[in-house]
Amino acid sequence: MLSRTADNLYWLARYMERAECLARILDVTQRLAQLPAAYGGSTNEWTSALLTAGCDELFKQVHGDEVNEANVVAFLAFAPENPSSIRNCFEIARTNARSVRTALTIEMWETINSAWLELKRYSTKSMTREELARFLSFVKETSLRFDGAAYRTMLRNDAFWFSRVGMYVERADNTARILDVKYHVLLPEQEHVGGPLDYFQWASILRSVSALTSFHWVYRESVKPWLVADLLILNAQMPRSLTSCYQNISRYLDDLAAYYGRQGASQRLARTSLTKLGNSRMDDVFQMGLHEYIDAFITDNNRLGGAITEQYLL
Amino acid sequence: MTVAFDEMTNPDGSIRPAYAALSRWLKEVPPDVLDYRRKEAEFIFRRIGITFAVYGDSDAQERLIPFDIIPRILTNLEWQRLSRGLEQRVKALNLYLRDIYSKREILRAGIVPEDLVYQNPAFRPEMNGQKVPHDLYVHIAGIDVVRIDADTFYVLEDNARTPSGVSYMLEDREIMMRLFPELFADNRVAPVENYTDELLATLKSLAPATSSNDPVVVVLTPGIYNSAYYEHSFLADRLGVELVEGRDLFIKNDVVYMRTTEGPKRVDVIYRRLDDDFIDPLAFRPDSVLGVPGLMSAYHAGNVTLTNAVGTGVADDKAVYSYMPEIVKFYLGEEPLLKNVPTWRCREADHLKYVLDHLNELVVKEVHGSGGYGMLIGPRADKAQIELFRAKLKQDPGNFIAQPTLALSTCPTFVDEGIAPRHVDLRPFVLTGADRTRIVPGGLTRVALQAGSLVVNSSQGGGTKDTWVLDD
Repeated sequence: MLSRTADNLYWLARYMERAECLARILDVTQRLAQLPAAYGGSTNEWTSALLTAGCDELFKQVHGDEVNEANVVAFLAFAPENPSSIRNCFEIARTNARSVRTALTIEMWETINSAWLELKRYSTKSMTREELARFLSFVKETSLRFDGAAYRTMLRNDAFWFSRVGMYVERADNTARILDVKYHVLLPEQEHVGGPLDYFQWASILRSVSALTSFHWVYRESVKPWLVADLLILNAQMPRSLTSCYQNISRYLDDLAAYYGRQGASQRLARTSLTKLGNSRMDDVFQMGLHEYIDAFITDNNRLGGAITEQYLL
Repeated sequence: MTVAFDEMTNPDGSIRPAYAALSRWLKEVPPDVLDYRRKEAEFIFRRIGITFAVYGDSDAQERLIPFDIIPRILTNLEWQRLSRGLEQRVKALNLYLRDIYSKREILRAGIVPEDLVYQNPAFRPEMNGQKVPHDLYVHIAGIDVVRIDADTFYVLEDNARTPSGVSYMLEDREIMMRLFPELFADNRVAPVENYTDELLATLKSLAPATSSNDPVVVVLTPGIYNSAYYEHSFLADRLGVELVEGRDLFIKNDVVYMRTTEGPKRVDVIYRRLDDDFIDPLAFRPDSVLGVPGLMSAYHAGNVTLTNAVGTGVADDKAVYSYMPEIVKFYLGEEPLLKNVPTWRCREADHLKYVLDHLNELVVKEVHGSGGYGMLIGPRADKAQIELFRAKLKQDPGNFIAQPTLALSTCPTFVDEGIAPRHVDLRPFVLTGADRTRIVPGGLTRVALQAGSLVVNSSQGGGTKDTWVLDD
């Protein structure tokens, strides 16, 4: 396969995944910000959203210190000057898709192309909350359709594996960022601080990775912060957990290596990260410091991205 | 202007036999059904993304070519005649190019004037004395044909560089079969879907002697901003070969490689959809970032086949066109089976005088123009346009040819007012391999959607139709 094709497929999957993640962040933030202050609602939530999306610096350059619902929504969803806005994610995804049409199935292409056409109907200027809600569910549905189309229609060869690797690298990054921004409300079992005030924060974390229901099925008890951390980091059943992402990354990178008959740096890095996650226990993670643990993970994940690029995409 | 020949209805109102079933069907089907199907077709085209770009029109970066849902029909007999003529013509084009880049016997025989070759911007001195694989230059030709009456087809233009439109031929058929399955039950229509298989066989047959038994073929595109990008990706997909851009290829020791996830892979045949000027910045335009540095030297070393060959443009401009009947006779010793449109060469004084005296009756075209740009249609032009062309003609007569305003045939077409006759042309695609010539029956019919208009080019609002060759 052409290196450029692999590169396009990898980034196409990353941008689709990123768009969905942004939609979830916006959704959850709006929910939290609307809560009465007594339940933990605060206007700081919009700053958190920017931090999670990793574009607080850029936002500052454009809007200064004025952080509010309207300008954060506009910035994360539509702003042309934000390279990772949902609109830009879809634009880039479609441009990538156009240049690798031969590597996509009809169903995948039609999902992206229809979404891109649909996107033109939404304008940032006069969006009511109801319209925004509709827009966000459109984004999530598009990502689901794309993922489903890829899963159901692609040949199981390098094209499929590159796009899967892209999706899971992006997903791991997103989950890690959500944790990183909220790490201060996630505390180990021994410390009974926070309490009811933080409950909605914990719930919102789960919601942003669509795991609120799953939580109850896995732990069969009320939401506890250390369990939230456990679910998102170590629990292999949870499809957005770091462990689950790395099981998939490692598996698809191994498929590539077997197909091409050669292992490389990216396979080794993925295996190392997976082993590290497998050997971790939540107590130790808290001992080491959740923030430090997540920080190290994000760095490793970025390093893996670099290794994949070097090994296959140039 | 005479009344145009209608391919469905005779002047007395009777229906020509090829259209009998279609005409019955058109009478029965309610107009709102047609309208609904037309919208459905447009929706499908838009969703699949079958678009093209119009240069200089930034609002419409991706536009649909209008698709007319009423097919254009030829009988098998008509097609047999046409296809023999096409094969003969392309054979002559290949022999002409081989001669021009080697012995130039046709120039020495005084049949084609030398300056038409040497001063032609599409002439490539780099190709002088270079052997190309299998001595073939034009492997994929699009010959534009118009019809004047029941028996007469004229060649309007030869496209020997990178003719486009074949994806529309294929997609139009797919859409028609999806929308109107009942029509295909009533008419035995020769299939065209094997075109891409024929193309692949042609391309593989052209591989250089140094390639392996299973030559690696790629399609080279300028990229997603090219107006025909959809077609490039479509063809690569149907051929099952990589769609590469210049940056995906590199040359080492005069061999072409592509960059893949498994390292470099040798390339033997490049179906390039990139003009000569851009393919190699070392040989041609140094500012081109679309091409591959060193490609020409790999080509000259005989390690890669470029389809079409470099320098074919010297055979397909409108000045050379006027010599095609002589070219056919010179190389093949046969009478041309397909006629040319009578053409005045403004480079010749007596022709120029005639043209200047009859500007309001003639179509004047630039020798190197294409896409319907830069032409004068005398009977439809106003005084200012005519005077503008008179000045241009006097200034640089060699740059123009003129032809009578032909009454192009019409076909029933579904337009806003209902079903009405509109002018059409036809672009069949002729594939020339090292083993044989292949032509799938039919081609791309282009239709001028404006009443009375003769301009069928998609860049000027023309549409397309599915073209049927009935198996009778």
